[in-house]
Amino acid sequence: MSDRIKRRKLDLAHGRVDLSHGAGGRAMAHLIGEIFHAAFDNPMLRAGNDQAAFEVAAGRMVMTTDGYVVSPLFFPGGDIGSLAVHGTINDVAMAGARPLYLSAGFIIEEGFAFADLKRIADSMAAASRAAGVPIVTGDTKVVERGKADGVFITTTGVGIAPRDLVLSAEQARPGDKVLLSGFIGDHGVAVMSQRQNLAFETSIQSDSAALHELVAAMVSAAPQGLRVMRDPTRGGLAATLNELAQQSAVGFRLDEDAVPVRPEVAAACELLGLDPLYVANEGKLVAVAAPEAADTLLAAMRAHPLGRDAAIIGEVIEDDHHFVQMTTAFGGGRIVDWLAGEQLPRIC
Amino acid sequence: MCLAIPAEVVELLPEQMARVSLDGVSKVVSVALVEGVAVGDYVVVHVGFALTRIDPDEAKQTLALLAEMGQSAEAAR
Amino acid sequence: MKYVDEYRDGKVARQIAAAIAQAADPSRSYHFMEFCGGHTHAISRYGLEDLLPSNVRMVHGPGCPVCVLPVGRIDMAIRLAQRPEVTLCTYGDLMRVPGSHGTSLLRAKAAGADIRMVYSTLDAVAIAEAEPTREVVFFAIGFETTTPPTALAIKLAAAKRLSNFSVFCNHVLTPPAIRGILEHPDLAGQPGPRLDGFIGPAHVSAVIGADAFAEFARDFAKPVVVAGFEPLDVMQSILMLVQQVNDGRHVVENQYIRAVTPEGNRIAQAEVAAIFELRDSFEWRGFGRVPASGLQLREAYAAFDAERRFAMAEISAADNPACDCGAILRGIKRPTDCKLFGTLCTPETPMGSCMVSSEGACAAHWTYGRFRDHARRAVA
Repeated sequence: MSDRIKRRKLDLAHGRVDLSHGAGGRAMAHLIGEIFHAAFDNPMLRAGNDQAAFEVAAGRMVMTTDGYVVSPLFFPGGDIGSLAVHGTINDVAMAGARPLYLSAGFIIEEGFAFADLKRIADSMAAASRAAGVPIVTGDTKVVERGKADGVFITTTGVGIAPRDLVLSAEQARPGDKVLLSGFIGDHGVAVMSQRQNLAFETSIQSDSAALHELVAAMVSAAPQGLRVMRDPTRGGLAATLNELAQQSAVGFRLDEDAVPVRPEVAAACELLGLDPLYVANEGKLVAVAAPEAADTLLAAMRAHPLGRDAAIIGEVIEDDHHFVQMTTAFGGGRIVDWLAGEQLPRIC
Repeated sequence: MCLAIPAEVVELLPEQMARVSLDGVSKVVSVALVEGVAVGDYVVVHVGFALTRIDPDEAKQTLALLAEMGQSAEAAR
Repeated sequence: MKYVDEYRDGKVARQIAAAIAQAADPSRSYHFMEFCGGHTHAISRYGLEDLLPSNVRMVHGPGCPVCVLPVGRIDMAIRLAQRPEVTLCTYGDLMRVPGSHGTSLLRAKAAGADIRMVYSTLDAVAIAEAEPTREVVFFAIGFETTTPPTALAIKLAAAKRLSNFSVFCNHVLTPPAIRGILEHPDLAGQPGPRLDGFIGPAHVSAVIGADAFAEFARDFAKPVVVAGFEPLDVMQSILMLVQQVNDGRHVVENQYIRAVTPEGNRIAQAEVAAIFELRDSFEWRGFGRVPASGLQLREAYAAFDAERRFAMAEISAADNPACDCGAILRGIKRPTDCKLFGTLCTPETPMGSCMVSSEGACAAHWTYGRFRDHARRAVA
């Protein structure tokens, strides 16, 4: 931000974003300076260029991008800002990489309150500082009222993975074990509890969290045994395992009793006619590992606060149909299929 | 058909509404269809309405009967 | 979860399965229809058919309100939702149900119609109150369980003098459908299923009472056991049916005695009777028009009746000719007998309604039971 621009303070308490804040002029400079730069402050951002430049260490560069459109924007345990940081860090980390830098693009709806935007930016800043992954470049656009739902955020992340560590979705092999880092469905239930037409009360908070340190602990515990990692977000555990089954051309057999589900999440799902296996997570990972490495990995996961409730939930099997099957707590068998469309609350 | 789930009535509210709780999840539902609902009752909730009260004695008897059926089958083997 | 988890004990279920195997006469077979989609779902979800001896067979019935709704009624709802002044509110279940020509409420919404999913009828009333310039229509479906909440919503809207709330009523009744199956079991020359008894609905019975099924036990000499929706409820009910058949009895028994009384919920019955009256007949998917099987709003509540308010024209649309939903809903065919099952018709691209609702026989089999077909084929 150039010092030549004369600063007139934004009315952060009562002001709202208008189209001039996206027009490239002084108003936009004020908005970016007072909300985003103030929150994300770091040397690369302070340089005020349209890009960030940094040295790259040896290894394999990992890059990912993700758009965030959550409704409501604020929910128990997080908000769109912390989610946009955690989600992208996690996508980098699932390659076994150490995330280095983030970029953030904002599409803001005309009329959005400065106070909410500042709250989101501060939350992003806190999440990025806590994770040690700075936001080093970004972009801001403003669209007319009705053309966005408050704010949309797109974050891109880069990281470095060790050259000899290749985690990839086609590497699951029959006999491998499936590890899950904790309770499923917390994020989806926390968000749904705030939707006006569902409104229920629960102490469940979103599990939104940056998993790169948990991943680092797993990589250092058993680098040879890890085949693939993925964070089961939209579509839940079911979608992730079905993707992996297709990509690796295998099947899975899960043990329902071993899959950690909080009683509150199970209850909310009963109430709405949902299945926790399909409900979103934002701070969980699934790892497929060689059988001989599974116990070591499980111990490493449980030693980390974000993997305290980790469990081995099943194994990879040979299956020409690439089904995800589950032995139910009741003692029967079922398929855990792809989600057909959006999971809607139902009456029957 | 008719997804419905038993939940405990924890608070009676005005206009024939009540707060029900199911393992730490609570929701406000209508109790207009069930007479004399009291705190501590379990009601079967369907689309935001209590449809009927669970009879705790009958529930106990059903469970006892289930256990008995199971045992007699075991014994006969 | 109290009153839930204790009825999901797999060990007890296997013990009851052993009792069923002992009770079932090996020299004969038993064919029982579970009328209700809730039971169909439980049977598939918990794999109960695997626990039963091979001579005890379950036949899936038509008790899924989404499945029996004819395509024409979906088309009518879509046409209504396309009116610029209308906000159509409905349960999530209906959003993906296919109408004619590949339409659905979800697609109509994407094309600009104001369609909103609600959890309760009261939410629809609240929307009408909050948005007085919108014509808010609740697209009501369901059996006797789901009708009282619609009645109370209309009563509330009347009390609040809301002039922008109405109901597109598609509520249907259980007993006429059971009677239809018993009186005319065949469909277009295909013989009907053999039925030795019925598992009666759980929550429908909580409203109308277990006694409502006495006519079938008496007139058609079929045993009926009203059962809860948990897997142990279903297993116990099957055992009770086997015992009735063995004893040559045919009465209504109530397994779900913790929630169902002989007379049902009198308050709910009175609320429904105050608002609704019988239609002369109503079209059911797979059944055609069934006399005295559907409800409409009484004259006194005509202002809340969307069909009258918007002069909605009846649309009668033909099912996809290759779709066997009709025969599946009557228990004549199994999902895997349908040529479309798993090929053109999947939960992502449902051709028939049985594939949409999670308690539809096809969706339940696709979701939970499909791997058994492959296992069977592999063995063969």
